[in-house]
Amino acid sequence: MARSDYTQQLQEIQDDLLLLGSMVEKAIVKSVDALKSRDLESSQAVIEEDDVIDDFQMVLEEKCVDVIALQAPMASDLRRLVTVIQVASELERVGDYAEGIAKISVRMGEQPTLKPLIDIPRMAEMGAGMLREGLGALTTLDLELAVKIAATDDEVDSLYEQIFRELFSFMVENPANIQGATYLIWIAHLLERIADRATNIAERVVYLATGKMKHFQ
Amino acid sequence: MINLNAGRAGRDGSGDEGRGGNGEASRETVLKTRNLSFWYGEKMALADISLDMREREVTAIIGPSGCGKSTYLRLFNRMNELIPRTRVEGEVLFRDTEINGPRVDAVELRRRIGMVFQKPNPFPKSIYDNVAYGPKVNGFRGNLDELVEESLRRAALWSEVRDDLGKSGLALSGGQQQRLCIARALAVEPEVILMDEPCSALDPIATTRIEDLISELRDDYTIVIVTHNMQQAARVSDRTAFFMVNENGAGTMVEIGPTGQIFTNPVDERTEAYITGRFG
Repeated sequence: MARSDYTQQLQEIQDDLLLLGSMVEKAIVKSVDALKSRDLESSQAVIEEDDVIDDFQMVLEEKCVDVIALQAPMASDLRRLVTVIQVASELERVGDYAEGIAKISVRMGEQPTLKPLIDIPRMAEMGAGMLREGLGALTTLDLELAVKIAATDDEVDSLYEQIFRELFSFMVENPANIQGATYLIWIAHLLERIADRATNIAERVVYLATGKMKHFQ
Repeated sequence: MINLNAGRAGRDGSGDEGRGGNGEASRETVLKTRNLSFWYGEKMALADISLDMREREVTAIIGPSGCGKSTYLRLFNRMNELIPRTRVEGEVLFRDTEINGPRVDAVELRRRIGMVFQKPNPFPKSIYDNVAYGPKVNGFRGNLDELVEESLRRAALWSEVRDDLGKSGLALSGGQQQRLCIARALAVEPEVILMDEPCSALDPIATTRIEDLISELRDDYTIVIVTHNMQQAARVSDRTAFFMVNENGAGTMVEIGPTGQIFTNPVDERTEAYITGRFG
């Protein structure tokens, strides 16, 4: 095939993005597992590991810029590189949210969570799943899957509303719950943002496949 | 001779304002081919090309070597008829007039549709005479000095040669020679400028000069540029047409569209393969 080095560079970049995605997905799962099991050491590890994610994203972006400068990519190649830069930055941000969850967990210290965690791990699972599917859809240019991801975001949003209302009522019932509930609301909010970022990634599938910028409603 | 102005009749009421005007909506088709095919002897070089080029737009034609893009460009000022045993089928229209019609004067046509070639080809004469030659031949009766200055200014060469107008055109650098050729083309007040790889013999700085010049000229002229340099097409043109050879070795047009679209999201997979460098 013509331009074999270049084609290989594009493939490596694509692989790196998937690798970054799996690092971020792991960070989400680990941050919530550590929160649930009150494993502060594990929470601390998530905080430290986020530096690796940040560095990886920067290196990936530099690789993309190099290819743009040196190979003058066009058409779908150009769209792919722009997409990788954009999606990598979404993923880096998701990594920050996971780190945020870990920091809250550390701040909670030895105290148990206000209530047994059921919906928050579910949100985390959904968010991580959306990310995984989003990256899959980017690889296979699966527009149907992209639309499905956006629909899942609505479910995550209503779950967040539900969690918020529940925790708010805890606070109203007893001011002693305020601190514990605030921590959890904060975490639920971070998880809701993760689903939003995953939706942004799904929107990029549309751009990559069709060249059209589109926001899912 | 047929009145080549016929197609512009509707605009004449607006006088000269029409040219420098801002009328995006009123952008007319200046050059047009319909089902155009062309032969060098028995060899079909272009097959069934239908394409419009619009007023005061830069249309770039890109494609691999041998795809007929230069041949296509040269049809518009009947340069191909200077080659023996060539044959045209289909229509080549300049403002809706068939330019191959028996009563169209090729000399007048070439005045109105100027051409700039790959290699700068100034006459072995002074800078002044290079520019003044065309108007003189065409019986220009105005102030020749002013016309020469104006043409050199438009070609962005005046400031570099104003004190050396008597110097030979051949003594200029390659980039300056090419701008001199553009000044020479502008001096006869054409409506269309055809450019056949105008920068291929120039260094990057001279190329940038010519590209900047094309951006300025597009306000007043309809420009068609053939280029091997895709980045150049992307930088200077409003619309881009992609040509390639068909299974019989004849040039065909694959796709034309707004330049931004052609380079980010072409419709045809052959265009995609070519511009991403994965041709063949």
